Amino acid sequence: MPGESSTPVRLPAGHVETHTGQQQGRATPGRSVEAGLDALDTASVARPRRRPWHVLVHSVLPPVVFLAALVGVWQLVHAAGLKPSYALPSPTDVATTFWETVTDGRAAEAIWTSVSRGGVGFALSLVIGTLLGLAMWASTWLRAAIGPIVSGLQSLPSVAWVPAAIIWFQLTDAAIYTVVLLGAVPSIANGLLTGFKQVPPLFDRVGRVLGLGGLGRIRLVLLPAALPGYLGGLRQGWAFAWRSLMAAELITYSPSLGQGLGQLLNIGRELSQMSLVITSITLILLVGVAIELLVFAPLERGVLRRRGLTVDR
Amino acid sequence: MSTVTASTSSGAGGLRSVGAEAGPSVRVQGVCQSFDRMGPPVLDGVDLTVAPGEFLCLLGASGCGKSTLLNLLAGLAEPTAGTVDVAADRPSLMFQEPALLPWLTAGGNVELALKPRGMRRAQRREESARLLRLVNLEGQSGKRPHELSGGMRQRVALARALAQDSPVLLMDEPFAALDAITRDVLHEELVRVWSTQRLTVVFVTHNVREAVRLAQRVVLMSSRPGRIVREWAVELSQPRAIESPGVGALATEITTELHREISRHAR
Repeated sequence: MPGESSTPVRLPAGHVETHTGQQQGRATPGRSVEAGLDALDTASVARPRRRPWHVLVHSVLPPVVFLAALVGVWQLVHAAGLKPSYALPSPTDVATTFWETVTDGRAAEAIWTSVSRGGVGFALSLVIGTLLGLAMWASTWLRAAIGPIVSGLQSLPSVAWVPAAIIWFQLTDAAIYTVVLLGAVPSIANGLLTGFKQVPPLFDRVGRVLGLGGLGRIRLVLLPAALPGYLGGLRQGWAFAWRSLMAAELITYSPSLGQGLGQLLNIGRELSQMSLVITSITLILLVGVAIELLVFAPLERGVLRRRGLTVDR
Repeated sequence: MSTVTASTSSGAGGLRSVGAEAGPSVRVQGVCQSFDRMGPPVLDGVDLTVAPGEFLCLLGASGCGKSTLLNLLAGLAEPTAGTVDVAADRPSLMFQEPALLPWLTAGGNVELALKPRGMRRAQRREESARLLRLVNLEGQSGKRPHELSGGMRQRVALARALAQDSPVLLMDEPFAALDAITRDVLHEELVRVWSTQRLTVVFVTHNVREAVRLAQRVVLMSSRPGRIVREWAVELSQPRAIESPGVGALATEITTELHREISRHAR
């Protein structure tokens, strides 16, 4: 063979190699070699258990320190009197208003009104967005026709739909849902479409080779393969739905609509009560973070971890 | 030692008749395949017959159309001309990648192949456990693909291919991405499964030693256009080690021929 070395190798004294030449080389590896390889290759690297104090120092402490610093700076600015106190109330004023809003039940009422609206709007968006995504995937013509519009709608702030929605549906829930749907549906449809596009073609070939029919391939191969992209779309869809809802509630104010978080914010503006404004913003932020942490983050983490797509740190 | 049956094209001399089955497992006659009407065909007049229970390796440099031929056998494509007959409803096919579905466990991946066979859930579970045991993966059924090594994944893929219960197994460079030690182990595994399950195997590779290590017959293909140039019957007993002198001698001879084929393309 070209390139094969023919330099004699000096072996240590006493080392004698014998080639019997009657056998076909050494034996094939055998089952114990296989078992050994399996054990070596899958030796689990034990992840060090994170100690409670470690979690405290690295995960809990930083945001707490940051928030404390933020409140400190706020207090300093307030004390320096750079802004009149109706424009910049002290942290304690805001804390008092916050506490009052929570204890008199207005916070709970507003959160319930908004979250239930958001939930219904998101559920509707989920159905419509998924159907739209499926239709766009199935028909190349439809994808070419409405794909650019759907992508474009994603970047259009859905608050732009509020005037139109009010003209169509007056100050009703229907107007609010219209805005929410127009905010969330494009993200969900696009997410599903992206999920489908990212499915490796090899998976479809596997389904074919295994003898799965068209429907079986969609149900057992394509849909599960598209799940991570779809979940990303849902997550973004929720964020857009929530933002759209707040914009709609802020603008469509009417006693018949009940009082959501956006409306609470609007009351603060009308009364020029900055502490209520900050309270409302804080509540909106908290609800958004809570739903992200309680619903979407675990869902996504679960799916990614099961597929070995995430590195735990 | 190795007896060389040199013959151009479809020499029937190297065929080993196995069992009393009537026709061949695979019969390819005058197959041409071109994807581009203007360019040279990928396959040009390929004739090939594989007997039931035979282990055949298709060998060739890149561009010789061996994967194209395998796709034709798998029924994933139709030839431009000629006929392809495979004595199986749906031959099973293994790819270079394990191609396991990452959201299913090892057992789930095997069970997926059992579903089209109309098995019930409990039956599927039992059968997939049996197949995983066959490839020495007992007790790994609940692991997900990312928790297994490359070699173990490819064995799950083998179990999944066997789950189709097809008499014909097509393999498209299934061990090319594995390290040498693992490949050595899987060669042994495959030969064991082939002989116990009485499969007809068509194995595509560009590794000459691998072909001689595994096959009963090695078929050399030329590149652009893909034609069958020569074939060798490998009459070494199994199990044979890849470093054995017998394998080495025949591999050297085939490599010489392969190099000659490839050199034709130099200018």
